[in-house]
Amino acid sequence: MWDYFKLAGLGLLALFAAIGANFARDLAYQVNALTVMLAAGIAFLYVLRTAGDPRPDLRHEYFDSVIRAGAIATAFWGVVGFLVGVVIASQLAFPQLNFEFLQGYGNFGRLRPLHTSAVIFAFGGNALIMSSFYIVQRTSAARLFGGSLGWFVFWGWQLVIVLAATGYVLGASQGKEYAEPVWYVDILITVVWVAFLIAFMGTLLRRKEPHIYVANWFLLSMILTVAMLHLVNNAAIPVSVFGSAQVQLFAGVQDAMVQWWYGHNAVGFFLTAGFLGMMYYFVPKQVERPVYSYKLSIIHFWALIFLYIWAGPHHLHYTALPDWASTLGMVFSVILWMPSWGGMINGLMTLSGAWDKLRTDPIIRMMVVSIGFYGMSTFEGPMMSIKAVNSLSHYTDWTIGHVHSGALGWNGMITFGVLYFLVPRLWNRDGLYSLKLVNWHFWLATIGIVLYASAMWVTGIMEGLMWREVDANGFLVNAFADTVAAKFPMYVVRAAGGLMYLSGALIMCWNLWMTVRAQPYRVNAHAAVPAE
Amino acid sequence: METYSFLRHLADSWFLLAMTLGFLGLCFWAFRPGSRPAHNDIAASIFRNDDRPARLTPEIPAARKED
Repeated sequence: MWDYFKLAGLGLLALFAAIGANFARDLAYQVNALTVMLAAGIAFLYVLRTAGDPRPDLRHEYFDSVIRAGAIATAFWGVVGFLVGVVIASQLAFPQLNFEFLQGYGNFGRLRPLHTSAVIFAFGGNALIMSSFYIVQRTSAARLFGGSLGWFVFWGWQLVIVLAATGYVLGASQGKEYAEPVWYVDILITVVWVAFLIAFMGTLLRRKEPHIYVANWFLLSMILTVAMLHLVNNAAIPVSVFGSAQVQLFAGVQDAMVQWWYGHNAVGFFLTAGFLGMMYYFVPKQVERPVYSYKLSIIHFWALIFLYIWAGPHHLHYTALPDWASTLGMVFSVILWMPSWGGMINGLMTLSGAWDKLRTDPIIRMMVVSIGFYGMSTFEGPMMSIKAVNSLSHYTDWTIGHVHSGALGWNGMITFGVLYFLVPRLWNRDGLYSLKLVNWHFWLATIGIVLYASAMWVTGIMEGLMWREVDANGFLVNAFADTVAAKFPMYVVRAAGGLMYLSGALIMCWNLWMTVRAQPYRVNAHAAVPAE
Repeated sequence: METYSFLRHLADSWFLLAMTLGFLGLCFWAFRPGSRPAHNDIAASIFRNDDRPARLTPEIPAARKED
C-alpha cells in the first residue's frame, strides 16, 4: 500500500519538475528542475521494480549499507571539494586561470561557493550523516529507526548537493555565505534534515542501553540547532515559483546579524559539535580505552551549548551593528576558549596509558593531530574575536588561514581517521590495505596544512599592516593593488599546500579502494563462540 | 512597556540568572555523589554491541548490577 503512495508522489514530483523546467525563468532553475525530474524518475522506477517485494526482518542487524554508501560519498565529495579548492587557490595566484571562455561560469566568484559548500556540506555533511548512523546504532544497540528512511536521508542529501552545485555555477545563489542555496533547495534541505532527525531520534528512543552516550548528545544538538539556524536564516519570499530568485525577509543590519548568527553557529554546531560527536566515539574506539573523563565531556557539552549561540556578532565588529552586541559576541567568544580546551584535553588524555600507540598506529596519529588543530583554532578564534585584534585581522587572509586550520586540520583529519576506522569494519575486511600509505597521507596532509596556514598568517598580517600604514601627512601609503602584488609568493605556497592535501586524499581513496578489493575477509570472532 | 525594552530587560536580569544557574546546576549534577559507576558504565558502553543490536531482553544492564 505504502508503495502506491510513494509511486504517486514521485510521479507527481517528476511531473511538476517537468512543468517547472518548461516555464523556467532562468537557466539555473531549468537545470535544477530537470535534475529533480530525473531523480524522481529514477526513484519511481526503483520503487516500481521493488514494489511488493517481501521485507525480511532485519531488526537483529545494523543498517550498514547506507553507512557504506556514506563512506564512498564522503571520500568522493572530499576529493571534489579539495580539487575545486586547489583550482580557486591557483586562480588567486594566477588570475589568467579565470579563462575567458569560462567567464560567468568557471571564474573565482562562481567557484568559491562551490568549494565552500562542497567541503562543508558535501564532505562534512556526508561524514556527519555516516558517523551519526554508525554511532547511534552501536551506542543504542538498535537498528536505525524508520526502515529505509536512512536511504532517503542519504540520497536526498546527495540531491541537495548536486542541485546546489549546479545552481552556483549557473548563478543561482541567495548571496548569504555558507547559506547560498536558493529557496527550493532550502525546502529540500529542510525535508531531508527532518527525516535525519526522525531516524536519529527514533533510534535513540528504541535504544537497549539505559543511557545515551555523550557522542549522541553532540550529534543531536548538531541536528536540532542546524534545523533552527537553517529555518531562520533562509526566511525568504521567492520572486516566482518558476525562478531561483528570492527576497530576504530581514533587511539591513538585522539581516547581517541573522546571517552571522547562522554562519558562526554553522561552524559551532555543524563543524564543531557534530565532529566532537565523532571524536567522542571514534577516538576511544581506536585507542580501545574509554574516554578520559565522562564528567568533563558532559561539562564540555553544556558549556558549548550555552556559549556558542552568542558568539556570532564577532563577525561584524566595527559595522552598523550596535556596540553592545559586538562586545557581547567578543566576550562569549573568549569564554568559549575554556570549554573548547577542556574538550581537547579530554580527547588527548583518552590516550593516557596508551601513548605508545602513537608510534605504531598512524590512524591514532591522525586523530591526535586533528584534536591538536581543534585546540589551536579554538585558541586562534577567540583571539581574533577581540576587537583590537580584529581591527587588524578582519577582511585579511588571516581569517581564511584560521578557517582552514580548523577545516583541514580538525574536520578533515578526524574524518580521514574515521574513514580509515570504518572502511575495514563496514566491508568486513581484515585491516587496512597499507599502513604505509596512511603514513604518506598523514604527512602530506599535515605539511600541506602547515604550509597553508603559515602562508595565510604571513599574508594576512602583512596586508592588514599595509592597509593601515599612513605617512607623515596622514595619507594611506599603499593602494589595494600593492597588497595584491605583495601577496603573490604566499598565494603560491598556499596553492602548493592545498595540492599536497589533495594528493593525500587521493592516496587515501586508493588505499580504501584496495582495502575493499584486495584485503581478505575478517574472521568473525563471534561466529566461533558457542552460545552461553 | 514596549516589547523590545521588556525583552531586553528580561534578557539581562532574570533570564540571565536562570540560564547561569541552570548551567551550574547541570555541572554540579555531573559531579553528584554516586555518579561515577554510572559514568564509567556509559563510557564503556561503546565497547558493547559492535556487530549486531542487542536482543530484546536487556541482559547486559542486569548482569552489571553485581559489580
